[in-house]
Amino acid sequence: MAVTERPSQLTEQSNPIVSRLRAVVLSKEGILFLIMIAAMLILSLLTDKFLTTNNLLNQLRLVTEIGLMALPMTFIIITGGIDLSVGSIFGLSAIVMGFLWQDSGWPLELAIIMCMVVGTTAGFMNGLFIVRVGVPPLIMTLATLALYRGMALGVSEARSARGFPDWFFDLGQRQFLGIPSQLWILLIAAIIAGIVLARTPFGRGIYAMGNNELGARFSGIPVRLYKLAIYTFSGFMAGLAGYIFTSRISTTRADMGTGLELDVIAAVVLGGTSINGGSGSIVGTMIGLILIQLLKNGLLLGGIKGDATIVIIGAILILAILINNLVQRRTGGD
Amino acid sequence: MTATTVSAARQSAPGWFKNLRMLVSGQEGALTLSLALLVIVVGTANPRFLAQQNISDILLNSSYIAVAAIGMSAVIISGNIDISVGAMIGVLATISGQLSIVPGMPVWISWLVPLIVGPMIGAVTGFLVAYLRIPAIVVSLGMMSILKGGLILATGGVWIYNMPPEYKLAQQSFLGLPVPVYFMLALTILAALWMRYSPSGRAIYAVGGNKEAALLSGISPRVVLMRVFMFNGLMVGISSVLFATQFSSIQSTVPSGLELTIITSAVVGGVSILGGTGTVIGATLATILLRAIGNGMIFINVSAYWLQAVQGTLILVTVLIDLLRRRRQAAQIRG
Repeated sequence: MAVTERPSQLTEQSNPIVSRLRAVVLSKEGILFLIMIAAMLILSLLTDKFLTTNNLLNQLRLVTEIGLMALPMTFIIITGGIDLSVGSIFGLSAIVMGFLWQDSGWPLELAIIMCMVVGTTAGFMNGLFIVRVGVPPLIMTLATLALYRGMALGVSEARSARGFPDWFFDLGQRQFLGIPSQLWILLIAAIIAGIVLARTPFGRGIYAMGNNELGARFSGIPVRLYKLAIYTFSGFMAGLAGYIFTSRISTTRADMGTGLELDVIAAVVLGGTSINGGSGSIVGTMIGLILIQLLKNGLLLGGIKGDATIVIIGAILILAILINNLVQRRTGGD
Repeated sequence: MTATTVSAARQSAPGWFKNLRMLVSGQEGALTLSLALLVIVVGTANPRFLAQQNISDILLNSSYIAVAAIGMSAVIISGNIDISVGAMIGVLATISGQLSIVPGMPVWISWLVPLIVGPMIGAVTGFLVAYLRIPAIVVSLGMMSILKGGLILATGGVWIYNMPPEYKLAQQSFLGLPVPVYFMLALTILAALWMRYSPSGRAIYAVGGNKEAALLSGISPRVVLMRVFMFNGLMVGISSVLFATQFSSIQSTVPSGLELTIITSAVVGGVSILGGTGTVIGATLATILLRAIGNGMIFINVSAYWLQAVQGTLILVTVLIDLLRRRRQAAQIRG
């Protein structure tokens, strides 16, 4: 949490421990964390099946794919951009992997690598058009949302790939050291992304671009290169997530992950990243991600119908931002 | 209409010619040319594309999307976005359909109610955006979840059948064209005139272009934003009636991906996602163009599986052409 406090609060002199604690608790992430704890307490009162290690770990398994894509999305939204094509890249990469193996007879190991290559290339294309031609990110990724999904449909002709060998499911369905295998990837990726964003010149450059792109360029930040990097990274993560998802559900189809981009963006935005750019954090995104999934699961276990759950999550998305806006305004944060 | 004639009369002949050239080189012109090109190419390859029934189908299927794209254009021009429109259309179409099968209910009530509920939903979104200052993408994302879940919760996603024949507004024709086409044309023209010539319409551009400057020149961005979202709600209401009355049954769920189709129409129509520029005429032309492309591809035997990929490519090409054109114009002004 230490990475989240603001410089203005660091300079306060009176009782450093109290003011530091105040800063952490009243930060966007702190408030979100409190909301999450409160939600967990209420949910565990609703049903005793909710607060068990097994259930919680299983729920985290289910959000790994969204979580992986939410990491680069945090970077992108902080720069003031957006990537709507992640759901389509996710579907396209998985389809290419499935059909290279099933129809073209490639070794599965190579097909998995191609899955990541396709994702990375798709993301790179987004980035290239955004920085070279100057297409606004929303429009570029709206176009490739249709394009990449269309390619997945065209390649597969709406057939599915299935019947993967047993070892393929290790990542998606089994455990490693007592924790769902794919959760390790998310954990490590989140830690690296968090450190890169908060502690490296690259990360600071991302914030600078979101606050004032022209200013960032004049102060010597390679704005274009950084942008290209984060959209490519986004494509790579979508490819990786496509592989993990296929491994989890044992099959792949062209319409896989339709609408997933909105889940990813919801997690990032609920996590306190400003959609206008300039602020946000990986910690927040992870809390947002977990909060949404725990609510879905807890409410379901508590006997509330799945559709009511969607309503509640929608309301919480708006409320959480509202509460945060009010608190930040009062404490003089943005 | 008087304003156009007055301003046209003031200009000399070369000025008028320049206006014409600007019109053709604008996004609307580019879209019209693309549409003409498409009609010629596909029409030559397969004359059945030009059959009256097919043209009328393309226009009919464009109508409800174009009407919603008018509202979306206003929202985007004001510097916001509304992702919940697809869910709104689902909810309002269901309300309309359910009302129409209530025995003894006059049919005009089932047409009218969506036009009242739509702006009410728009007012809630607008209030959260304008007064509580939550970004529109967040509000409409939340609103989308609420409407989507609420709809299935309330109806269980049932199909609605047996609407009375007089309810099916969109299946009626007038002078050889389906009624929704007239709605599309009339609303596009009215909205274009409103946004171009009335102070309340210009205020949308002002707020989207520069909020502070708008505030300093005596425009209240809050009021404008409320108005924009309620206007969008009204357009979505009309769109949902056209949508609901077009088919012989309505499923009470949210049509998937509809919001993206609508946003795409507005954006390809030249509405800048950064706010401040664009017109609803462009949005309507883009809707028709996108429909015609989808329809035309069937006539030149493109595999249906590749349809979406080609559409995506074409969106990209349209945007690229527009960008290059703007850059050249900017260079001309500078040089």
